[in-house]
Amino acid sequence: MSDVRETIRQYILATYLPGESAEHLLDDTPLRTSGILDSLATLGLVSFVEKEFGIELEAHETGIDTFDRIEDIAALVDRKRG
Amino acid sequence: MTVGHLAEFLERSARQFPERTAVVDPAGWSLTYRELDTQSDALAARLVDAGVQKGDRVGLVLPKSVASLVSLFGILKAGAAYVPVDFTAPAERGRRILTDCQIRAAVIDASCTAFLPEFAADPLAAVFVANVSGDGPQGHGVQRLDEAIGHRGVPPSRSRSVDDLAYILYTSGSTGVPKGVALTHENAVSFVHWCSTILAPTEADRFSSHAPLHFDLSILDIFVSIKHGATVCLISENLGKSPRELAAFIEQQRISIWYSTPSILTLLVQFGHLESIDASSLRIVNFAGEVFPVKHLRAVKTIWPTPVYYNLYGPTETNVCTFARIPDKVPEERDEPYPIGCACSHCDTLVLDEDGNEVAAFAEGLLYISGPSVFQGYWNRDEVNRTLFLHRDGRRWYNTGDVVRWREGEGFIYMGRRDRMVKRRGYRIELGEIERALYRQPQVREAAVLALPDPETGVRIIACLSSSDPTPPSVIAMKTFCAHQLPIYMIPDRFVWQGQLPHTSTDKIDYQALKQALLSHA
Repeated sequence: MSDVRETIRQYILATYLPGESAEHLLDDTPLRTSGILDSLATLGLVSFVEKEFGIELEAHETGIDTFDRIEDIAALVDRKRG
Repeated sequence: MTVGHLAEFLERSARQFPERTAVVDPAGWSLTYRELDTQSDALAARLVDAGVQKGDRVGLVLPKSVASLVSLFGILKAGAAYVPVDFTAPAERGRRILTDCQIRAAVIDASCTAFLPEFAADPLAAVFVANVSGDGPQGHGVQRLDEAIGHRGVPPSRSRSVDDLAYILYTSGSTGVPKGVALTHENAVSFVHWCSTILAPTEADRFSSHAPLHFDLSILDIFVSIKHGATVCLISENLGKSPRELAAFIEQQRISIWYSTPSILTLLVQFGHLESIDASSLRIVNFAGEVFPVKHLRAVKTIWPTPVYYNLYGPTETNVCTFARIPDKVPEERDEPYPIGCACSHCDTLVLDEDGNEVAAFAEGLLYISGPSVFQGYWNRDEVNRTLFLHRDGRRWYNTGDVVRWREGEGFIYMGRRDRMVKRRGYRIELGEIERALYRQPQVREAAVLALPDPETGVRIIACLSSSDPTPPSVIAMKTFCAHQLPIYMIPDRFVWQGQLPHTSTDKIDYQALKQALLSHA
């Protein structure tokens, strides 16, 4: 599970937060309500998560309530991979 | 008698106040009105002797000094137009400007002789060189400025018309090639007379002159002061950038009317230790040239509560055309910049949409200006000038390119430059609105937001920020801050922190330099 978190963290840092250090992007940092990800960037992250972890996400699973923090996304990935 | 020529302001004050001090310069030299009048007469006579004709252009490349003012009035009295050039600019730029307007003569600092153009067929009639040490320059028509103005002389009287060209100010232009804004005596004089009605100056006033001569703010400092027999206190280029010395200057010179860009006032309030200087002589503080972030304006007004503050608005092409008096109290919660206000009495305004139709009341549109202060056109740009003005109701209207909206009781609200509005994800974004939000962040000292083309998203928004804090906030902290202030499509993609943002020679944030730096790093 920590690998999943790390993979997502590194992707977000490299793609959307160039220049930011990893220690500022915490497992519980809000991604969307904080302005880090806008709607297009969220689509990009959904697509990355699907490919990287070999899962498919339903629209209701990527809402702002369940897809706003690294820890929530990692938990979702674990659940989907069974 | 109505004055129609800038030189008449000096001639009249010299008759009325011959022994009053007209100008004080950074080196401590000063001239009375009689001396300024006599010395500029002498230079005018030399220029005419050398063959300078009415309507000729004369380059003026001098640091701020009593000599620069003598030269400026000498050129005008010879019937010529002065073309001030930033003496700290690269020689190539200076040469391009002086070549473009085909100067007939020049008054130039000894360190800047490389600015002079080479006209093989038609050499310059005269070159006056200042600050010469040792033997000095040689060559056809070359004279030392100090010798030229040390001998008495009176120029022959020449017919004067309000339509005569008075000066050409070169602005950087969006393409990067300098364009010469050509202004007549009427253009300047109409503005100067308006200033008299608002500032009500007297001979007891002491004007600061912070702007360099190639910046249009200098027109108010010099000509309004000279018109009223007041004293204009010139600020050198170095002093102008040193907040503590600048603050001390205000106290020592007992400045009563200040005029600068907001950037300089911001530097003063942040680093000038204003609480320890006596600025009780200040009665008016004018600012112009860019939007004044309210948090910095509030700080200035808190420390200097008694002067009257004016926001003066207008491009070089029209000089100041709208103005607003800032209320005595700037509320703590306010962060919307103050309006640019109402039209000056010598100007008329129109607000039109992109198709040239008048917009509905209170709707946004482009601001057009008409009146005697509107320039004649760009020097040597016939192609541009042909379509420059909108002709309507028998009048010429200049499109400022600024988007405004009328608000009852306040006048025009400045919405931004038309060319600073970008579309992103279908939303129209005014980059200035993002800057305004960024200024609310306490660690942000300066904010400049740029839009760069991006192959994937169409446009990328980059915030260039300066802070006095050695550890500025993280990207996430900034994005989070913005998310509380702005819709998500307006949040910058990148935040670039610097110790200080680059400034132009006229002390505005240098967006061109920032853009170049970003593009070269991309």
